[in-house]
Amino acid sequence: MSATGMTDTHAPAEAPASAPAREGYFGPFGGQFVPESLSGALSELTEAWRTASQDPDFMAELDHLRRTYGGRPTPLYRADRLSAEAGLEVWLKREDLAHTGSHKLNNVVGQALLTKRMGKPRVIAETGAGQHGVATATAAALFGLECTVYMGAEDCRRQRLNVVRMQLLGAEVVPVESGTRTLKDAINEAMRDWVTNVATTHYLIGSAMGPHPFPTLVRELQKIISIEMRAQFAAQAGGLPDAVIACVGGGSNAIGAFADWIEEPTVRLLGVEAAGDGIGSGRSAATLSEGREAVLHGSRSIVLVDDEGQVCPAHSVSAGLDYPGVGPEHAWLASTGRGEYVGATDDDALYGFRRTCELEGIIPALEPAHAVGWLLRHGRDHLGEGARIVLNMSGRGDKDVDEVVRVAGWDVGVERAFRTDASE
Amino acid sequence: MSDVSARGSDRIAAAFARAADEDRAALIVYLTAGYPDPAISRACLRAAVEAGADIVEVGLPFSDPIMDGPVIQAANQTVLDAGIGLGEQLAIAREALNGTEVPGVAMTYVTVADTRGYARFATDCADAGLDGVILPDLPVTESDAWRAAAGEHGLATVFLASSVSTPDRLDAIAGASAGWIYAIGLLGVTGVDAVDDAPTRELVARLRERTDTPIAVGIGVRDRATAQEVATFADGVIVGSALLRAVADGEPAGAPERVRALVSDLRAGMSRA
Repeated sequence: MSATGMTDTHAPAEAPASAPAREGYFGPFGGQFVPESLSGALSELTEAWRTASQDPDFMAELDHLRRTYGGRPTPLYRADRLSAEAGLEVWLKREDLAHTGSHKLNNVVGQALLTKRMGKPRVIAETGAGQHGVATATAAALFGLECTVYMGAEDCRRQRLNVVRMQLLGAEVVPVESGTRTLKDAINEAMRDWVTNVATTHYLIGSAMGPHPFPTLVRELQKIISIEMRAQFAAQAGGLPDAVIACVGGGSNAIGAFADWIEEPTVRLLGVEAAGDGIGSGRSAATLSEGREAVLHGSRSIVLVDDEGQVCPAHSVSAGLDYPGVGPEHAWLASTGRGEYVGATDDDALYGFRRTCELEGIIPALEPAHAVGWLLRHGRDHLGEGARIVLNMSGRGDKDVDEVVRVAGWDVGVERAFRTDASE
Repeated sequence: MSDVSARGSDRIAAAFARAADEDRAALIVYLTAGYPDPAISRACLRAAVEAGADIVEVGLPFSDPIMDGPVIQAANQTVLDAGIGLGEQLAIAREALNGTEVPGVAMTYVTVADTRGYARFATDCADAGLDGVILPDLPVTESDAWRAAAGEHGLATVFLASSVSTPDRLDAIAGASAGWIYAIGLLGVTGVDAVDDAPTRELVARLRERTDTPIAVGIGVRDRATAQEVATFADGVIVGSALLRAVADGEPAGAPERVRALVSDLRAGMSRA
């Protein structure tokens, strides 16, 4: 490990995690490592959010849209059969029931309103699993914005349903053939588009990553998850949960689920990264377990890079977590110990996926299925029998069913159901 | 002026001065180290120097080059796929440029320098005989730590300036950039479109009000005609993707001669007389 490696990031915390000493930084993580051509757009966005977030009319419009269009508040649900199997009291925050089927719309509606406020007619987005792309295409349709979504060619294949949804919503979907043909490369391509079209275009980043102000902006827009969660838990369960758990790719659903608890030290914050074939296997996306301090996509964070700074390909069965970086605030929460980050393998995720279907009648997205699988297999040992847990069910799994059945090789009766007389 | 033991900004300044003495703009060429293979890459760099390049930017490949279009992306990936690491890339630069009076400047991304450790990366570049470094995703506002390391090793740090940079930022760039200021000729990535003439002229003028540091225009200089036009109002002209296209288009063995021909042609267009 070099002088700039992980070991240096575990210094004692000198400031609370929510109060970065330098604007745009969380301890040593964050910043604005972008080409000079984007400096103006980042300043403009910072200023637009600063004024908008203090403007009661803007916040009222955001709240109104969330309630009447976005389906908020989403329910908090006590999952009794999962609880019995896990040996824990498991509550699910049902972001899968929000409009478009995931938490992504929380951020997208806010940034789309900012786009209008800045007078830009076009948005671009990256997407991995397609959930952010669908949310962006949805908001673009709602606000009459032109929309281009960059998606790795490999992800277009494994999340085809979401490609069709985006196209129906009027977005142009550009399959990205460069590099690993996944989320990382989609972000590169979106950055190149933004550098080129910065005057007319807002880059609607979907995770709590990228250059300042995005990690903070996305956290603030996703914070509604933990604000609702806190009130609902107090009303339905009483008191505070012992732990909040969420899957982490870039980390937007997790930072939204954590944000309102960061100053609440008795509530453990558990992030579950995708460990692919396992930590140490060389085929993983568990950035915080296996990465080192480096700059990727505009901010300093923990990244899967080799000794020469080349970004390593990530691997996960889930297109949404298949990313070699992580948002800078998660790197900070990990380095201070406020957040705990663990890995769930592809197999854990498939197990969590299937058991959520069978025990709760909920088809989860593969991303939060990592958190479920980890909880079922390791939760009791890690958290103690009967601990009260809120799991952020960040999205629904319609998009995943074909790929899951293919990868897992499950015989779920598809062939029998579709067999015709002619083929018999 | 031809002191090969001089370093960094002085050698770069001398190169601009030689061009100015001849009433022409300096020609700065970019080539990716190790592309298409180490031997041909060395020969291409040599050919560029012999054909009249005033300064050479040596591209050190990165896996995720967000400022680069398809041509340079592909060259970067070819080198990385071949397993040619930073040490070998720098050796190519050293072998091709040492003993010449043509300054060499590393062009890479901040991730490469930062992961190596700024101090160690600066040492590596200086040991390879390079005179400066360009990190297009390291804006001046994030550059204090890097500039300290570069300064200790006599390396000039060239910063980029864009037509959409605010006055405050242009002040900071003009104050910090050493060797030259890289004025972005086009809002976009390398090798895709042509220089946007009016905003680029205005940017160069805004920078001139602030500093005597030479100003070179790059991104969008895609052919001799564009280069010739830019040479009339900038101190230097930067050509990259066009060179790499010449390397890629045809038999690899003929690449050095194609580079030589293109650089000669571009160099002839630098004259303001």
